[in-house]
Amino acid sequence: MQWEINMSIKLQLKRAWGPSVEAPVLVMKEGFSPRYDLDRWTGVISRIGHTAEGQSIVGKILIIPTVKGGVAAGWAFYDLLQKGIAPLGLIFGKLNPVMVQGAILANIPIADGLDKESMLLLRNGANIKFDPSTKSITTVS
Amino acid sequence: MHLTDIEESMLDGKKGEAVREALAFQLEVGKFFGAKRFVPITNAHLMGDIEVMGNAGLGLLRRLSDHHGQCAVPTSTNARCMHFGEVEELRQDIVEIEKEKEIVRHIKDMGAVATDTCINYQTVYQPKLGEHVAWGDTGTVIYANSVLGARTNYEGGMSSFAASLTARTPAYGFHLDENRRGSLQVNVKAKLLDTADWGALGKIIGHPNQDYFSVPVFHGIDEMPLSDHLKHLGASLASYGSMAMYHMVGITPEAMTSAQAFSGRHPDHIIEVTDADIASVYSGYNYLEAQANIVVFSGPQLSIFEMQNLAKLFDGRHVANGMHVYVTTNHAVWSDAKRLGYVETLEKSGVKILQGVCFYILQRLTQIREENGWTNLISNSAKLVNTITAHRFNTILRKTHQCVEIACSGKLT
Repeated sequence: MQWEINMSIKLQLKRAWGPSVEAPVLVMKEGFSPRYDLDRWTGVISRIGHTAEGQSIVGKILIIPTVKGGVAAGWAFYDLLQKGIAPLGLIFGKLNPVMVQGAILANIPIADGLDKESMLLLRNGANIKFDPSTKSITTVS
Repeated sequence: MHLTDIEESMLDGKKGEAVREALAFQLEVGKFFGAKRFVPITNAHLMGDIEVMGNAGLGLLRRLSDHHGQCAVPTSTNARCMHFGEVEELRQDIVEIEKEKEIVRHIKDMGAVATDTCINYQTVYQPKLGEHVAWGDTGTVIYANSVLGARTNYEGGMSSFAASLTARTPAYGFHLDENRRGSLQVNVKAKLLDTADWGALGKIIGHPNQDYFSVPVFHGIDEMPLSDHLKHLGASLASYGSMAMYHMVGITPEAMTSAQAFSGRHPDHIIEVTDADIASVYSGYNYLEAQANIVVFSGPQLSIFEMQNLAKLFDGRHVANGMHVYVTTNHAVWSDAKRLGYVETLEKSGVKILQGVCFYILQRLTQIREENGWTNLISNSAKLVNTITAHRFNTILRKTHQCVEIACSGKLT
């Protein structure tokens, strides 16, 4: 982690793929699956009791600590993209191959390896720049 | 990644546009995971239905079809989202039904066998120890890796189609020895009798340890589990924990001993599971007040032995007012169950049997729930009570005989 003069925060990731994006984050406190947790017609988290229940993923960079099972993400992100309700980026603590396969198909940038302490530094709605080429995210004021 | 001459020619388009697109996609996935090469596969299992593919996925499939993509290895298909039957309370969109039929046509044109099943490992193909395959359903993957000793990662969406077209997949994850070693020790001190108990064990281990690369090693299973038990354990571990492999000492093929299961790796931690832990899973579910509820036996589809057992439990009884009961299985099991009289017994009891689908992936399920006023969904599948929650059912896990009792008495116990 690096603290810079303007108090922006730079956080390192382990593996990353895709184009660079800048968007607000939606920070989840638990695993995420498009099939288990998401209304895939509105882009709103619909699972009863999910820590992000009622919040929209549309146009957000999702910060997700872990994954759940479910092979649905392999198609779901591509479908969400065509419906105009896709997230702009996916940043995981831990992920599974389905998330990577789905993100690559939809050309959504994806990364893993964001540790728990770093996740605590990110506030819901804060803008970040996610640059897979440098495997990093930077908060943007 | 190192590419062979054949793979270079695929990437150059010399094997057709569909193969080029498939390999290019696989290459990106392989690079992400640091794969050094591709590994040949012998079998693929396609996952794709209109509910999850949407128009975007259908468009991609049309493109592969236009480019004359052909399966290069024997290929089966996963459960569908349309029941294609006259089930009054499960109305599905006519337009979407037509799209689903189109998907099936394209898949058949590619040369896949449309088995429509998530239990291919029980009814279609059983890869051998060390055999590399590319399967696109999490429950099938964990069964292949753990029980059969075959090698596959989760191959979701385009990934399973790509593997079928190219007859290969990037060599990462569970294709490699180092990732198949146990990482978590589980000492089972509970008596596991019903398939739901095995699912509960999967929830206890999977939910707090969500990690695709975590490999639990179960100790203390002193009675040989049935295929259906291991199916529900694996489906649950995959669902709650995103796990793709487990070992069971003395039972699964890469765990004849504990030392073999861990292969020199020290467990991250040790967990003990008792009868009280299993009981607390069941007591953790609470019913809501409701006029209409459903009992579902699905996720994964039922084997012929599960169909036989259900027919025995429902024989001479009838589903109570305010309750609806659904069973899903594949076409092969249904045909046998029909021949053997299980279908007749179940249908006489008011149970509805859906072929070639899995309940939680049914198209239009949220609206179907609302139209029927269903509130509580009771199941013996720990996976199902987890996967269906985006549709806002209040889910309850119960043992198989309890599910039947609830269905026939209407009492939510």
